[in-house]
Amino acid sequence: MSAVMKLKTLQGHLEDLNGFAEPKIKYEQYETPAHLAATALYTIQTQFESIENCTVLDAGCGPGIWSIGAALLGASVVTAVDIDEDALEVFKENVDEMELTNIDAVQCDFLDSRVCKWEGYFDTVLMNPPFGTKNNTGIDMKFLRMGTLLSSDSVYSLHKSSTRGHIAKKVKDWGMKGSVIAEMKFHLPSTYRFHKQHSMDIAVDIWRVYHPH
Amino acid sequence: MKLITHNMLTSKCLKGVMTGYPLAINATDIKVTEVDFNPEFITRVIPKLDWEVLWAAANSIGHGEGLPKTLEPKFEENEDLLKKVHKVLLEVEVEEGNLTCPESGRQFPISKGIPNMLLTEAEVQ
Repeated sequence: MSAVMKLKTLQGHLEDLNGFAEPKIKYEQYETPAHLAATALYTIQTQFESIENCTVLDAGCGPGIWSIGAALLGASVVTAVDIDEDALEVFKENVDEMELTNIDAVQCDFLDSRVCKWEGYFDTVLMNPPFGTKNNTGIDMKFLRMGTLLSSDSVYSLHKSSTRGHIAKKVKDWGMKGSVIAEMKFHLPSTYRFHKQHSMDIAVDIWRVYHPH
Repeated sequence: MKLITHNMLTSKCLKGVMTGYPLAINATDIKVTEVDFNPEFITRVIPKLDWEVLWAAANSIGHGEGLPKTLEPKFEENEDLLKKVHKVLLEVEVEEGNLTCPESGRQFPISKGIPNMLLTEAEVQ
């Protein structure tokens, strides 16, 4: 299976995007690295054909790296959702600079999808959910669950590899199927002041969770 | 905000609101951008839409010209129609304005093309 753009070209475009102006810890705003997003999107298209000619939802879009990458790889239309106005402002700048016209954004709380009649509407849902802090455990699973409800086919989601067993169990409980399609390193620069190290690498899995047909 | 997005938005999260659909559009700035025409996509997405709501929304912002009020059977064979639907769904964008809940009258602002559907805690069911 093929992609309309080379991986290197895709990554080059994604590296040029603006990031969060001021990341907010309450939303766990970490940027998805361009290399990671490009590799993931390329794999999702070439192995599963889940981007080109698909309706795509970017849940918790931030500055829009998934949305823009999906649009570049030929998604029919991309819908992006984020709770944070400032993130959406950067998102808008990025989309305008890339001159992409098939992306639309809504400011809302993704976990309250009742705002939208989106159940089973999207072919593909992409997300890099908050990993969940001490005050907010389980938010990653809430994102993933909501993603499965809004998709008709697959959800691609990034999770800490340490949660692999837990996710596998949940996916089964939900009557879905799923597997890890790539293991990657998420390089986290010290975004927030409380970070002790300069930066760290976290092992992450890219999950494909899909409806059994 | 494109009309394909509007077709899916509701205000039923609001306390006391039953369906909250469709939201009325008040547009003060509309732009039309070019989007690649993909007839297969349009054909595939039409059955997922509330056609009457799309028709009414397009007309309410002055872009309903040529759009039939009811959809003919075999619409997929009518390329002119698919092109019109493509235009109203994807190319017409509300840049500034607001959406109004049909039951409560609560307004949701649309700024720089993005509708803000966030509610305060007191407003949520």
